[in-house]
Amino acid sequence: MRRFLQVAGAVAWRSIHKVATTPQLLLPSVIFPMFFFIAFAGGLSNVGNVPGFDFPSGYTAFQFVFVLLQASAFGGVFTGFGIAADFENGFARRLLLAAPNRLGIIGGYAIAAAARTTFVGVLLFGVALLTGMQVGGDGVDLAGLVLLAYLTSFAATLWSAGVAMRLRTLQAGPLMQMPVFLVLFLAPVYVPLGLLAGWVHTVAKVNPFTPLIETGRDFISGSPASAGPAYAIAAALVVLFGWWAVRGLRSAEAAGG
Amino acid sequence: MRTQIYEIARRSVLQTLRQPALVIPPIVFPLIMMAINTGGLNAATDLPGFPADTYLDFAIAVPFLQCSLFACINAGASLARDVESGFLKRLAMTPMQRAALLIGNLGGVMLVSLVSALIYIVVGFAAGMDFEAGPLGVLALLVLAQLIALAFAALGAFVGLRSGSGETVQGFFPLFFVLLFLSSMSLPRPLIEQDWFRFIATYNPVSYLIEGIRSFIITGWDAEALALGFGIAIAMAALAIAAASGALRTRLVRT
Repeated sequence: MRRFLQVAGAVAWRSIHKVATTPQLLLPSVIFPMFFFIAFAGGLSNVGNVPGFDFPSGYTAFQFVFVLLQASAFGGVFTGFGIAADFENGFARRLLLAAPNRLGIIGGYAIAAAARTTFVGVLLFGVALLTGMQVGGDGVDLAGLVLLAYLTSFAATLWSAGVAMRLRTLQAGPLMQMPVFLVLFLAPVYVPLGLLAGWVHTVAKVNPFTPLIETGRDFISGSPASAGPAYAIAAALVVLFGWWAVRGLRSAEAAGG
Repeated sequence: MRTQIYEIARRSVLQTLRQPALVIPPIVFPLIMMAINTGGLNAATDLPGFPADTYLDFAIAVPFLQCSLFACINAGASLARDVESGFLKRLAMTPMQRAALLIGNLGGVMLVSLVSALIYIVVGFAAGMDFEAGPLGVLALLVLAQLIALAFAALGAFVGLRSGSGETVQGFFPLFFVLLFLSSMSLPRPLIEQDWFRFIATYNPVSYLIEGIRSFIITGWDAEALALGFGIAIAMAALAIAAASGALRTRLVRT
């Protein structure tokens, strides 16, 4: 365990340092969530007046939850890009040779993604409050929302790490990004599930991300939330993609990095 | 001159067709986004004053603009690659005319743009789009869509020639993406509730390009929307071509 923590700590510190000191890596993960929040909460706020749209905390809070979870997921995907880049430039090969516990490598990248989620989440929350977001939930509700964001980040990081470690090239970027993008946008993004129409409604009903986003919205509005199913799904995704990432690591080991 | 344009255009078209990454995303990605938004925002048609019966009729204008953004990036990246690989240097030693080089180079992305526009129209009709402007309107829409694609492709060419770096061209994509999102893309301007957002959308030329295309579908022949749409597209294309031509002149002198 001590070796795992040492490796995870070193990999996490390097990843965080690299992102924090490289503007072209940091800025997209900060600017895009802000931009989506402004575009959705600002440009579409009238959608909150559609008959049947009854979210108590208003459209800004409704969109905040989606953008927070989206930013968490994309923080994980961007971390996956970093892993792929490490394989391309040969760093990952040296890392595999040097690390006394290789599972710590995955752990380190996941911690780095969580740090990214924390940074972007705090900024996003500040902007949302400044633009008049109403928060109906109490501290416990907000902690519940934050936990959901971290679980989303871990799941996306592990998914992307699995892809990056199998393909070991930045060209795998779309393969990491596209499924996450589709899962996110095939959920109730703009209106509640009941107001979705056509095939998107059918897909959103079975989309595992839908309970997460609905529970997150329950938290921010302070409505009584049955959070169990959402956490169960998030935990299952973390376990499933954790297995996927570990198998990816074994594949990278077999290929010699 | 015609032979020169043909040869460069042929190279550009072949180069584009040989790389699926340059053909598939401009066609598929906008359609996916439209399909998702059509289901996700159909409830917006219940807002008082919403100009269309279905969100599909309202939203199908957007893929034409998204495709133009891809044309912009692809044109810019292609010319930047020619700068990086030294192809332009070698061309500079031939009697090739600048205009032929520029027009020919835009040929590939314009072809993808035309094919994409035709696909969007076919998909729109297949999905039940109600097209108000009639058959002649389809032709006029294609002309406007090509003008817009030309404007953005020339803009991309300018960035690609000026910077000579594919990475810089890619870096411009988010900027153009922001212009698209801060427009009347998702809701008509009068229905945008936030004043500041409506203000930006009103001064954003992309709004009028979208509204020009949209007018064929939901209004018919709307003189004001078409005058603004065509006017802005022509002005943007003229400015971008002039800028790209200037950048090409500088680039060829430098080499």
